[in-house]
Amino acid sequence: MVRPPLRLRIPEPARGHLPPDPVPFISAAGEMRRPDLDEKVERVALMRKQLVRVLDPEGQAVGEWVPTELTTDDKVRGLRDMMLLRSFDARLLRAHRQGKISFYMQALGEEAIACAHQRALQPGDMNFPTYRQQGLLVAGGYPIVTMMNQVLSNDHDPLKGRQLPVMYSSKEHGFFTISGNLATQYIQAVGWAMASALRGDTKIASAWIGEGASAESDFHAALVFASTYQAPVILNVVNNQWAISTPEDFARGASATFADRGYGFSIPAIRVDGNDYLAVFAATSWAAERARTNRGPTLVEWVTLRRGAHSTSDDPSVYRPDDEVARFPLGDPIDRLRRHLEVVGAWDEQRHAETQAAVDAEIAAAFDEADANGSVRDGHTADPRTMFDDVYAELPRHLREQRDQVGR
Amino acid sequence: MARMTMIEAIRDAHAVAMERDDRVVVFGEDVGYFGGVFRCTQGLQERFGSHRCFDTPISEAGIIGAAIGMAAYGLRPCVEIQFADYVYPAYDQIVSEAARLRHRSAGDFTAPIVVRMPSGGGIFGGQTHSQSPEALFTHVAGLTTVVVSNPVDAKGLLLAAIECDDPVMFFEPKRVYNGPFDGHHDRPVVPWSQHPLGEVPEGHYTIPLGTARVHRPGDELTVLAWGTLVHVAQAAAEETGIDAEVIDLRTLVPLDVDCITASVARTGRCLVVHEATRTSGFGAELSATVQERVFHHLEAPVTRVCGFDTPYPHAHEWSYFPGPRRVGRAMQELMRA
Repeated sequence: MVRPPLRLRIPEPARGHLPPDPVPFISAAGEMRRPDLDEKVERVALMRKQLVRVLDPEGQAVGEWVPTELTTDDKVRGLRDMMLLRSFDARLLRAHRQGKISFYMQALGEEAIACAHQRALQPGDMNFPTYRQQGLLVAGGYPIVTMMNQVLSNDHDPLKGRQLPVMYSSKEHGFFTISGNLATQYIQAVGWAMASALRGDTKIASAWIGEGASAESDFHAALVFASTYQAPVILNVVNNQWAISTPEDFARGASATFADRGYGFSIPAIRVDGNDYLAVFAATSWAAERARTNRGPTLVEWVTLRRGAHSTSDDPSVYRPDDEVARFPLGDPIDRLRRHLEVVGAWDEQRHAETQAAVDAEIAAAFDEADANGSVRDGHTADPRTMFDDVYAELPRHLREQRDQVGR
Repeated sequence: MARMTMIEAIRDAHAVAMERDDRVVVFGEDVGYFGGVFRCTQGLQERFGSHRCFDTPISEAGIIGAAIGMAAYGLRPCVEIQFADYVYPAYDQIVSEAARLRHRSAGDFTAPIVVRMPSGGGIFGGQTHSQSPEALFTHVAGLTTVVVSNPVDAKGLLLAAIECDDPVMFFEPKRVYNGPFDGHHDRPVVPWSQHPLGEVPEGHYTIPLGTARVHRPGDELTVLAWGTLVHVAQAAAEETGIDAEVIDLRTLVPLDVDCITASVARTGRCLVVHEATRTSGFGAELSATVQERVFHHLEAPVTRVCGFDTPYPHAHEWSYFPGPRRVGRAMQELMRA
């Protein structure tokens, strides 16, 4: 018998031949049940090819996942958080074009995920973010000027010019120091959560990863540890469809969704509309409450779209379909929450314009203040000798000797 | 004082640390219920409970990654990698994360973890249970790298490592767990119970990281060694009749430069020995350091005796291992130079 030769399936970017269905398995708003916190994992797993959504196309909040604890003021604040973040990103992208900063990464289109997530956590909880969760800091009240000082690498940068722009760190604001090595933070978050439980504490951890980096082995180590020890952690997978130039199915493989990853580890996993602020808040609250009541980890796939380039060093026109944003079925997170607030009578064109002007003014003023502190471009950085600080708790002899050679 | 093997000394150091500081947690593969494949954590889970000492899945990246997260929370994890040969899946977590957390966050987050690893050959472990990868960690800014050679040091250095505010790579040459193996594989091993360095102080004490120890004083040449090779060098000195000063570096980074230069300036001759492969081994760093600092005192070129640049062979272990014959011959050649 002659067998056909073996072949591989090699996925390709969609440019030139668009997939008929940019996002599979889209449920209607309100269609999905909100499971009990201790729902059997097998039953939660039935939801992995569905999508938790709260906001319907008209802007009404519908179904069991409606976060009734959110007041109108909370929602207005959420909208403002997202608008502030978008304005922040736009100003820093402009700073990059102006040659003031070396590098930038925006969260355009993904604002709801970090902003709503942060509002659903408690003080003391710890996020282990990637480079696209700056919304956690913005919504968490971290000083915008300090973020800009970090991006400018000036002598007010709390990280003393040691990290690339956007690699923030703030223990006080529950934001773990960002690594450029992808996925490492995922298992660290599980370790942090284990420590909280080992000490009988009440704090939980929230681990972040992009769908592309979920191919790294640290992701799988994290799921094993989280499952084995039932650690109080939220395992977020932000599926923004793109890992630089490769579409999400490279990391997903032949599975249907990233939420599929949970079941093999017996970790309840849900798939959520990441552009729906109310759904993000509700799903985070559900996962956080599971963690905080010793029900163990929850995996959440947030479905969204990276609307911009991967970073300022990337040119997506080479690999992306031109009309991808227009065709993306989950819309824009700011537009959708705005529409909801309008529908419930809490918002209108004038308030929106006023808020937009206010956040833009806040960002402009913050940037002027940070810019006045200088940047890496004009040499207003920390003393180069400080690069030897914090390598160790105490400066060892060989670093003391090397420090003496700086600038010689 | 109590007579202890190096295994017992390490076990005792754990117990002392866990008793003094409830932030110290101990975990790794087979470390909890069973007490470790070399028994270094035996009895800890029973004594301190499974929230202080526990088993992990077989995932080195998971073990170190989780330890980093725990350290960032405020604990003091002391973890075991079952064999140093298995540490590579965790290399990214050690190099990119543990080593740099303090620096990249400007002190906001730190990673005070200890990674214990049985290392080295001489037990017919083949290429996956015999390696000495310490040099790979000395190349990384932010790490402290320790290699122990005897029970007294092992206990005092492990306690210092656990109390250190930075990550420490802690190598335990497994061939000296039970006695000061001198490379004569065809002779019975002397047990630590018959050796002065098996007399271990009870309770808490530390040996400062970054301090070397003169293992055997001498005037004719200086041997820089660590781990098992300390005992091999001593045997070589005694068998050749050369009055060599054998220095046990104990910590490779940070290095006790003063101890090295004082000795070499006096003897004028320096031999570096290590079990790890030769090329880019830590011996190269030592060789450069000695010639940079005490060149004018040297009577002969700095010489190295190392493991060969091959994988650690199973059947040819004793041809590979830098034993007392090879070390002794190098000493004799150095004296003739």
